[in-house]
Amino acid sequence: MSFLVLLRVCFRALLRNKMRSALTALGIIIGVAAVVSMVGMTTGARNSVQSQISALGDNVFMIFSGSVSRSGARTSWGSVQSLTEKDAEAIAAQCPSVKAISPTIRLSGQLVFGNSNWATQMWGVAPEWVDIRSYGISSGRMFNETDMRGAAKVCVVGQTVVDNLFEGNDPVGSVIRVRRLPYEVIGVLGAKGQSAMGQDQDDLLIIPLSTAAKKFQGGNTRINMVIGSAVSGSAVEQAQEEISDVLRARHRIGRNDDDDFVIRTQADISEAMEESSQTMSMLLASVAFVSLLVGGIGIMNIMLVSVTERTREIGVRMAIGARPRDILLQFLTESVALAAIGGILGVVLGVAVSATISKLAGWATAISPMAALVAVGFSGVVGIFFGFYPARKASLLDPIEALRYE
Amino acid sequence: MNDNSSAAQVISARDLTKIYRMGDVEVRALDGVTLDVPRGDFIAILGASGSGKSTLMNIIGCLDRPTSGTYLLDGHDVGTLSRPQLAGIRNRFIGFVFQGFNLLSRTSALENVELPLIYSGHSGRERHERAKEALERVGLGERLTHHSSQLSGGQQQRVAIARALVNRPALLLADEPTGNLDTRTSLEIMALFQQLNRDGMTIVLITHEQDIGEFARRRITLRDGRILSEEGA
Repeated sequence: MSFLVLLRVCFRALLRNKMRSALTALGIIIGVAAVVSMVGMTTGARNSVQSQISALGDNVFMIFSGSVSRSGARTSWGSVQSLTEKDAEAIAAQCPSVKAISPTIRLSGQLVFGNSNWATQMWGVAPEWVDIRSYGISSGRMFNETDMRGAAKVCVVGQTVVDNLFEGNDPVGSVIRVRRLPYEVIGVLGAKGQSAMGQDQDDLLIIPLSTAAKKFQGGNTRINMVIGSAVSGSAVEQAQEEISDVLRARHRIGRNDDDDFVIRTQADISEAMEESSQTMSMLLASVAFVSLLVGGIGIMNIMLVSVTERTREIGVRMAIGARPRDILLQFLTESVALAAIGGILGVVLGVAVSATISKLAGWATAISPMAALVAVGFSGVVGIFFGFYPARKASLLDPIEALRYE
Repeated sequence: MNDNSSAAQVISARDLTKIYRMGDVEVRALDGVTLDVPRGDFIAILGASGSGKSTLMNIIGCLDRPTSGTYLLDGHDVGTLSRPQLAGIRNRFIGFVFQGFNLLSRTSALENVELPLIYSGHSGRERHERAKEALERVGLGERLTHHSSQLSGGQQQRVAIARALVNRPALLLADEPTGNLDTRTSLEIMALFQQLNRDGMTIVLITHEQDIGEFARRRITLRDGRILSEEGA
């Protein structure tokens, strides 16, 4: 029996009971659609987090003030500012794997220019910060060592600030007021656009670290965080060790005591992310397994009914020369076709659902063709697995009994 | 009894027995039947229900195997073949005509007739041509695309006969072919069998109706699994 004839016989049988075939396939359709759309959403979420992590810059690491124990009570990270500007200078001087480093002080404030105003994030940073975060300067200049030394009242603004405070005009040379003090705008950061999670990376203003310490912290040089980059991707781990050694020595931490700082690399963040997405994948796999199992049982059930209904047909086919193998293939083709069609429609539905969700909820979704192919292939396997028993039962019928069946 | 060389015999059966076990009871459905059917013969096997004629038909039709005895179909010993091999024999050597027609529903006459050729692996074009030819032979050349539900009982039985003929079998095996038909249509169908026999087809007809048996050249009557009488030549 040629494959083409087999397919024609199969589709004629499936079309004879359209409603029944559709309902049977529905079990697989819903299962596959649920899995495909969920995979699409988790992949989308992971991609956006990954791109956010890499948007940080190249080979970037961050050092936070860590938790300290005081009389046995441990505080959370950053609650005690154990890092100072001197620490950053020591790291820059003593760690060969570190390419550039910038302490940062996080501030916030209302910006005023003429009669417009805008609230934004403000950072006190070193000149190297622009390169570490891979922003670049689109207009004017970045502040330099001279500005740092003199705690100059200059600032560099992001594109969103330009759009909102200066209505898109070139702001270089203008003077804005931050907390009543005037700052001269000397440059504009290159636009990075939105992060994949929808966060605007251009809504910020940076001022020299020394200015931030002097004007906002009363000369206190304690800093929130140090951001830096390693000389290469493979040197990140080495840099981490060197920094740890330098900081432990400077903070006089005993051999058995915990660090009072935390170093985080992009790899650490990715790893944590990877772990949670793996948990999600396991969850999805079990949902997929259960739904395909239920769908498969539905197929087996209907195929058993179909074999019973068509006992006489099977008898006739056997009498005129169908071998057991021909009958087996005939019924197996039907169950595989049901499952595979269910799988294909499920993928289509799943893609539609995740596309709708991306549109309505603004989540990024991504469905790889590979995942779709696996879903369809797997439903085919379900068709074979659950179709085999009914098909075999049909092929083992005694032609005499089958012909006599009413 | 005729003892020609087996090649001239379409059916050459020796001492066939078939024993069914029902719990502790043994039922001898066939009890030593010896039968020769030469090529071109038209033989009716008569008998009441329970006489063993269905069992004999199943064995002749290679749907069942005898408990003992030998059976040569067109010179082939089919007593020892496996199920797939028997399916192949049925496909190539035997054309079945059933009492209930047994056509596939919602399938055209042409496709019903093509069915045996599907299992013998003929190409689509060949299937189509041979099925058309067979339907013309039974007088249904005008109704190729009709579905079985659109045909009368007599027409359905003609389609079934065309299906039996299409693979050019050595033997046409008809089981109560007129059982579901009225008298007038029965006569037409029997006339068709006689015509096919005159054209050289070997036919074995199983029936319980004496007057239907009269259309055959020869009649054997079974009772209790044994041949009771033979007449005609």
